[in-house]
Amino acid sequence: MSGPDGTRRGAGDERPGREAPTGAYAGRRRRRRGRGEQPMVPDASFSSYYGRPVLNKPTWKALDIAGYLYLGGLAGASSLLAAGGQLTGRPGLAAPAKLGAAGAISLSLAALVHDLGRPARFLNMLRVFKPTSPMSVGSWILVGYAPLTVAAAATEVAGRYRLVGSAATVAAAVLGPAVATYTAVLLSDTAVPSWHEGYRRLPFVFAGSAATAASGLALVAAPTAQAGPARRMALLGAALELGAFQLMKRGMGLPAEPFDQGRPRVLLRASEALTVAGAGLALLSGRRRDRRVAMAAGAALLTGSAALRFGVFHAGVASAEDPRYTVVPQRERLTRRAG
Amino acid sequence: MSDGREVHGNQWYGPQPNVAGAAGYPDAPPRMGFFTDTSVCIGCKACEVACKEWNAVPEDGLELTGMSYDNTQGLGADTWRHVAFVEQRKPFGGQEPGVRHEDTDVFAAAARLGTDAASPGPGATAPPPGHAPEGAPAGRISPLSPDGRTELRWLMASDVCKHCTHAACLDVCPTGALFRTEFGTVVVQEDVCNGCGYCVPACPYGVIDQREDDGRVWKCTLCYDRLGAGMEPACAKACPTDSIQFGPLDELRERARGRVAQLHAAGVTDARLYGEDPRDGVGGDGAFFLLLDEPEVYGLPPDPVVTTRDLPDMWRHAALAAATLVGLAVGGFVGRSRRA
Repeated sequence: MSGPDGTRRGAGDERPGREAPTGAYAGRRRRRRGRGEQPMVPDASFSSYYGRPVLNKPTWKALDIAGYLYLGGLAGASSLLAAGGQLTGRPGLAAPAKLGAAGAISLSLAALVHDLGRPARFLNMLRVFKPTSPMSVGSWILVGYAPLTVAAAATEVAGRYRLVGSAATVAAAVLGPAVATYTAVLLSDTAVPSWHEGYRRLPFVFAGSAATAASGLALVAAPTAQAGPARRMALLGAALELGAFQLMKRGMGLPAEPFDQGRPRVLLRASEALTVAGAGLALLSGRRRDRRVAMAAGAALLTGSAALRFGVFHAGVASAEDPRYTVVPQRERLTRRAG
Repeated sequence: MSDGREVHGNQWYGPQPNVAGAAGYPDAPPRMGFFTDTSVCIGCKACEVACKEWNAVPEDGLELTGMSYDNTQGLGADTWRHVAFVEQRKPFGGQEPGVRHEDTDVFAAAARLGTDAASPGPGATAPPPGHAPEGAPAGRISPLSPDGRTELRWLMASDVCKHCTHAACLDVCPTGALFRTEFGTVVVQEDVCNGCGYCVPACPYGVIDQREDDGRVWKCTLCYDRLGAGMEPACAKACPTDSIQFGPLDELRERARGRVAQLHAAGVTDARLYGEDPRDGVGGDGAFFLLLDEPEVYGLPPDPVVTTRDLPDMWRHAALAAATLVGLAVGGFVGRSRRA
């Protein structure tokens, strides 16, 4: 292990050891785990402080925050299906969508409060309104949105106050898309390379993922005869999610790499497969009018959307833990500016 | 990449000469900050200790990293000053380190210990002449061979919160716990923070962090309590070489430029300032540095940008995406047959 200088040279040990290099590009080259894939950007050497991260990694718990990204999307897009189902006379579609939205957003709120370091102080979120803080904006959106979904679901279950319920359903559908897409800004408005650099496409990825999740829930719970809009939304959502994700990765340079490594890679590949399969089964369930196919499609879509959120979450954390994703793009930027 | 276009200064980006004024202080005192001149840092860690003592920052584990004399590792909730140790195979350059003693025969001087007037008198720990300790080579001490180690240099640097002109931590804080003081510094109100953790990944320097058993976030306050009483921060007070200098930012910037010119004239061409430029990605740091190598060698980001610069664009894209989602739903309901 120890060379003549006491320098560590362990196999796979990326730390420069005790003998730190000099200058901007004196670091050792990293070996890329090749599986015949073309690297999106050329290998770049870089310096770091003993390989330690530049950033402090997010302290958010994956189950709470990635779970919230998922449930928020599910709720927001479900509100659209609920309003659509109600306006077009599809009560079998509207009812599960209303219940799904209320349930998902209630779980979301619980997850968000649970993730706080001081959960008892959750009301401090409403102390100020700050447009510069996506979390502040999101808190206020949720304060408006969550009661609407609960009112819509409660009147649906009770079968009374139909007018109030309809108004709440429509109002929730107005806020729902904001709930589903602002979470992309929540992630992007950080210094985490793999979250920030994709900020132009990530809202579209999340919008697509929300659509597949909500239509998945509807396919599981709604009668096949009324699930037509959910089937079509599943196809459109899957196309948006997969397309926007590819565009995002192509546009972000080196910080796209964590999406294709380790756990995020497994999650995102699984998400792709499940979303494609779910969309295909959704199409089939429309042709065959088979409830079991629809339920399989719904389960695949719901799981695929969740896997996407967890994959994106973990990729960001991985990009914050490796100084390479912070230093190399910044160094390239400086070189470009100088040259 | 987010730099493909010209970014014009907005409220959250670009130079801001009156930070406290923009934050709502009509008659603010001059902006205060740190100039950390790493060329005179001796790595004594007095700043780390003084900071912990004054601010009652809890102990956070005594861990030996094995990588260098740096066992603190980095800034975080319980480390508000961090001394980095970088060992490099690189000559000093034209710098005169003042460690050469060709003219002095230290071994001859050692052999004279206790025998002449210039050597320690009674009470000295050196053995009296002629009474060498057992096992010691008789009569003389053999000099160590230089072993090629003349090409080695140590870089030491005391890192701290940068108190950015455009502070991402402050921008994204949803509770208003983080605020801008009248001195232009950035401070967490611990009675307000609910530990949402948003500031942690927002900071482009990896400064602020969540204290595990406490749940809230903590970072350097630039000793807000001491500033209010007209005192300098504890780390600057404790620094024995004035590597950490405290004062009005304008003065510090001028002094730093002079110091760089002095070092360049002395042949230390590596000397450069980091974080002093108001046109950089965070509008300039309230705590800036004189470094002797690239920033990333010290664990600092080479070109940090406040994430909020892109926030208006992010909101625009999110709004478009929300509209697209509505479009998908509408497409689902109007597509093909009404009865499907």
